[in-house]
Amino acid sequence: MTILGVPTQALFGQLLIGLINGAFYALLSLGLSVIFGLLNIINFTHGAQYMMGAFVAYFLLQWAGLGYWWALLIAPVVVGITGIALERTTLKRLYHLDHLYGLLLTFGFALIIQGLFRHEYGSSGLPYSMPRELAGGQNLGFMFLPNYRAWVIVFSLAVCLTTWYVIERTRLGSYLRAATENPALVQAFGINVPRMITLTYGFGVGLAALAGVLAAPIYQVNPLMGADLIIVVFAVVVIGGLGSIMGSIVTGFALGVVEGFTKVFYPEASNTVIFVIMALVLLVRPSGLFGRAS
Amino acid sequence: MPEPLLGVRDLHAWYGESHILHGVDFEIRPGEMVTLLGRNGAGKTTTLKSIMGIVGRRRGSIRFEGRELIDLPSNRIARLGLAFCPEERGIFASLTVEENLLLPPVVRPGGLGVDAIYGLFPNLRERLRAGGTTLSGGEQQMLAIGRILRTGARLLLLDEPTEGLAPVIVQQIGVTLQRLKREGFTVLLVEQNFRFAATVADRHYVMEHGRVVDMIPNGELDANMNKLHDYLGV
Repeated sequence: MTILGVPTQALFGQLLIGLINGAFYALLSLGLSVIFGLLNIINFTHGAQYMMGAFVAYFLLQWAGLGYWWALLIAPVVVGITGIALERTTLKRLYHLDHLYGLLLTFGFALIIQGLFRHEYGSSGLPYSMPRELAGGQNLGFMFLPNYRAWVIVFSLAVCLTTWYVIERTRLGSYLRAATENPALVQAFGINVPRMITLTYGFGVGLAALAGVLAAPIYQVNPLMGADLIIVVFAVVVIGGLGSIMGSIVTGFALGVVEGFTKVFYPEASNTVIFVIMALVLLVRPSGLFGRAS
Repeated sequence: MPEPLLGVRDLHAWYGESHILHGVDFEIRPGEMVTLLGRNGAGKTTTLKSIMGIVGRRRGSIRFEGRELIDLPSNRIARLGLAFCPEERGIFASLTVEENLLLPPVVRPGGLGVDAIYGLFPNLRERLRAGGTTLSGGEQQMLAIGRILRTGARLLLLDEPTEGLAPVIVQQIGVTLQRLKREGFTVLLVEQNFRFAATVADRHYVMEHGRVVDMIPNGELDANMNKLHDYLGV
């Protein structure tokens, strides 16, 4: 069977790969958006923190014998705490300055962290096996769906939508949104805004680490895994509009799928299609598809 | 005479390098409604922000119920029972009317219930799901005042609540202030419109060049009208 001259098997295969990539784009750009909204900082360390999540999963297994499910719980907390330390000691000094300073500082941290891991572990990947419970797959008739990949898509979608719900529909989320607009006034209502900012950074970094754990069984654990990914994620963020929560999620998944289909219909462009879309969006809507013009 | 609820002594404040307040002194007793009058740039708004802890740097003494506020961050000050309604109203665009109303945490028992606030400002009840900044200027002012009444704060700092509003809404805010006074709230009001201030306040402090230069009880306002015109340049 074929659609537009392409075997359905290949089409659905690429759709699946697109959704997997989209799941990572969405989780990472969501964290970037949350951080940018409240801290006013473009967190270039995000890719390194994603990589750290995968490494923490690897260490937990090697050193403590704790498997995937523990890693899913512990790695985001551990990496989130390193993020909190980073925010408390350095980032908080930059809030009153232009975005550029935060970008440079976090870019520097990314290089340092990646350099250290690369020095220690080289640049070939370390294997991380998927959890036994999710081995195998389902034959859907038109394609074979590996269980682990289905899990990644469903779980990351659930995390994204929960984050959206908390920010857009709860009391805590209303503090966050209000502090994004006018932190001084929110603090003058009795809310400890500096602490909220710190925890928000820790949460955004934790999301990156969570994505790293999810990625470990698929892409292996590699010091440069985040460096490759983060450039695409920044393009996704630009397209969606920095600071928009739902925009990050929708754009992340959608661009993953677009990229997947491009591989089917015009493979030569599959590595550049997201950047072409970014250029077009910047021309037509500089604040992004979901961003508010400021 | 009861102890002052708020006592400000030799208060200095700076924005960056500019020294705005040069030793402000005044006090407010429990249940009083007191205004700060003065020309633009006299330091009225800065005085409110200094009490609330949201200026760059401040020095001197601000005592609330005997507690020194000068070194506390603004979130701790709010938790002691002070609430601030800024001149620009500070309604959040990304929050609905209801979220704006429920945003400030309750810091003490004794605040107004949500229904009592809707009783004061019936317009708000009809627009709960609307975006905060889709309200008219008058409605935004009602929301800005309404949301701090919920918190249980006993001292309200209101910065020009009538600025730029239609006379009928100014009147509604005047009625609200009188009601708050009856309910025992203490209010420090910054006002350009001293005719409005005279309808609600007990006393008026006059500010010039970052200092309090005079105090006029409301009952003696008429007798001091020439002096006041001089101060305010009207």
